[in-house]
Amino acid sequence: MVAYLLRRMLFAVPVLFGISLITFVLIYFLPADPARMYAGPNASVEAVNRIRTQLGLDQPFYVQYGRFVERAVQGDLGYSYQLQMPVIDAILARFPFTLQLTLAGIFVELLIGVPAGLLAAVRRSTWLDGTSMVAAMIGVSSPPFWLGLLMLYFFAFRLGLFPLGGAGTWKHLVLPAVTAGLGGAGWYARMTRSSVLEVLSADYVRTARAKGLAGSTVLRRHVLRNAINPIVTMVGMDIPWFVGGVVLIETVFAWPGLGRMMVDAILTDDVPLILGTVTFTAVLVVVSSIIIDLAHALLDPRIRLG
Amino acid sequence: MRSDTRVPPPDARSTSLAATSAAAAGRSAVPERQVTLAWRRFKRDRLALAGGIFVLVLVLVALLAPVLAPYDPAEQFTDGLTADGLPVPSTLPGSTRFLLGTDQNGRDLLSRIIWGARVSLTVGVLANVIAVGFSVMVGAVAGYLGGWRGNVIMRFTDMMMAFPTLLLAIALVAILRPSIWVIIVVIGAVYWTWIARIIYGAVRSLRELEFVTAAVSIGAPTWRIILRHILPHLLSIVIVWASLGISTNVMLEASLSYLGIGVQPPTPSWGGMIQQGQSFYRAAPWLVIYPGLAIMLTILCFNLLGDGLRDALDPQQQRR
Repeated sequence: MVAYLLRRMLFAVPVLFGISLITFVLIYFLPADPARMYAGPNASVEAVNRIRTQLGLDQPFYVQYGRFVERAVQGDLGYSYQLQMPVIDAILARFPFTLQLTLAGIFVELLIGVPAGLLAAVRRSTWLDGTSMVAAMIGVSSPPFWLGLLMLYFFAFRLGLFPLGGAGTWKHLVLPAVTAGLGGAGWYARMTRSSVLEVLSADYVRTARAKGLAGSTVLRRHVLRNAINPIVTMVGMDIPWFVGGVVLIETVFAWPGLGRMMVDAILTDDVPLILGTVTFTAVLVVVSSIIIDLAHALLDPRIRLG
Repeated sequence: MRSDTRVPPPDARSTSLAATSAAAAGRSAVPERQVTLAWRRFKRDRLALAGGIFVLVLVLVALLAPVLAPYDPAEQFTDGLTADGLPVPSTLPGSTRFLLGTDQNGRDLLSRIIWGARVSLTVGVLANVIAVGFSVMVGAVAGYLGGWRGNVIMRFTDMMMAFPTLLLAIALVAILRPSIWVIIVVIGAVYWTWIARIIYGAVRSLRELEFVTAAVSIGAPTWRIILRHILPHLLSIVIVWASLGISTNVMLEASLSYLGIGVQPPTPSWGGMIQQGQSFYRAAPWLVIYPGLAIMLTILCFNLLGDGLRDALDPQQQRR
């Protein structure tokens, strides 16, 4: 297990390297002039040129990239023009909020999606199956920002059950988490249903039934345990999408996370902050995919890592 | 960044099966008799059929927007705002002046939603042409070459997939400045990886089949084998993703527009309409509800159509 973990981390190095290169190429070759942005729109040409030399922006591409990697490895993602603070500090200040919302959202996804899919599979071809699958499809097809605004309108504004936005208490978290989870729950329901259906027709399930085990025992001990794997895989594949979706939800609910900060960065042309946030989340995705693989091995003894 | 412990997503499994089964039959992936069979299966699937019909209606609405829209989508009516300067709700029970009400600038909401269909469909379809085209190219080449070259290409694909899709799109659009063409290219550029993985899987299993060996043995050049012997078998995957991909692209476009970096006003786009109307949502919830409903129905129908196409084109994975 330790050897596997080390190897995975070793494999992560070229990927992180590639991510940094892509990010850097974006900064380097795209039309925005960082020196001009740093100096502000009213600065003189001389001032802009001075800043360009100061920031090393007149150096060749590979020198700049080398310095970027050198700094990034030390946790320095540049300096935000707008917030007037290091990008990494800005990110770390907001990250706990995004993490909270992401975990709560994935929890809601699983809490709704897995039981719905299981129920649909067990009661296959009944109205229950049909209804939950159509509901899942509608959930999957609804834009999260729209769902969020509808939630705000009905549950916060009309019924007054929850605050209209912001963060602080658990009540602030409920609507954003449910919104974030509803769409994804549809994918999990569909996935769980087909995964459970596949397992239900397996020989060992028939054997378990034949030897007279109660239906619920068969479901718990034989079906769910075997059907869980694709679901875990899906959590892993879901994370890049989910992190993207969180941007929208943070915007709707004025949730002070990374996504909202990034949208503000876009509106103020703060390129280092935009790219820093993208790099940071990409690294998170890589890390979480390692965690998901480990979870796989823990849940399924057939998978041996090494 | 993917270890061997991962199982491929169900789509990859089923579509590669489809390609293999068609390949095993030794004919082109969708010869005429199979088309008839697929159509018969598709017709039985009522949800997919409904999705397909709605998609057709939507295309017509987008094409005929100038005829169908009751008003100019940019016209600001003097009676389009109440005395307090608020949007006018639907006038439906009394008159047909504003069927869905007006927006915060006193413009007819229905006309704007009808014109918005153009933006959504244009972006959705064109971005998908880029994404599917590029992913077929990458997936087919990587899958056919295999070995270290295929590996390098697919590791690059994995790397692109590590970027949160929407975040990458936001960063690209922000730097390139939003316009409808930039948005089309960016959405195509961030979305191709998902389809490329599926194509890659299908090509990996195709290239092991006898007819590829036969082509190699008679000395056919690699590009010819890929073009003439591999690509036709990918048709069913491409058809399915032509539909499923559009739904994702419509969602991405709406999301970008909602964040204010999509299609820029005054061009009416559904996501942008929600963004501009949301500060009025307490007084005028219809500014949010109707455009969102349009987005949701569009995505829903492309999803239903895509699902139905997959079931119809892939007899091995029938809806259970």
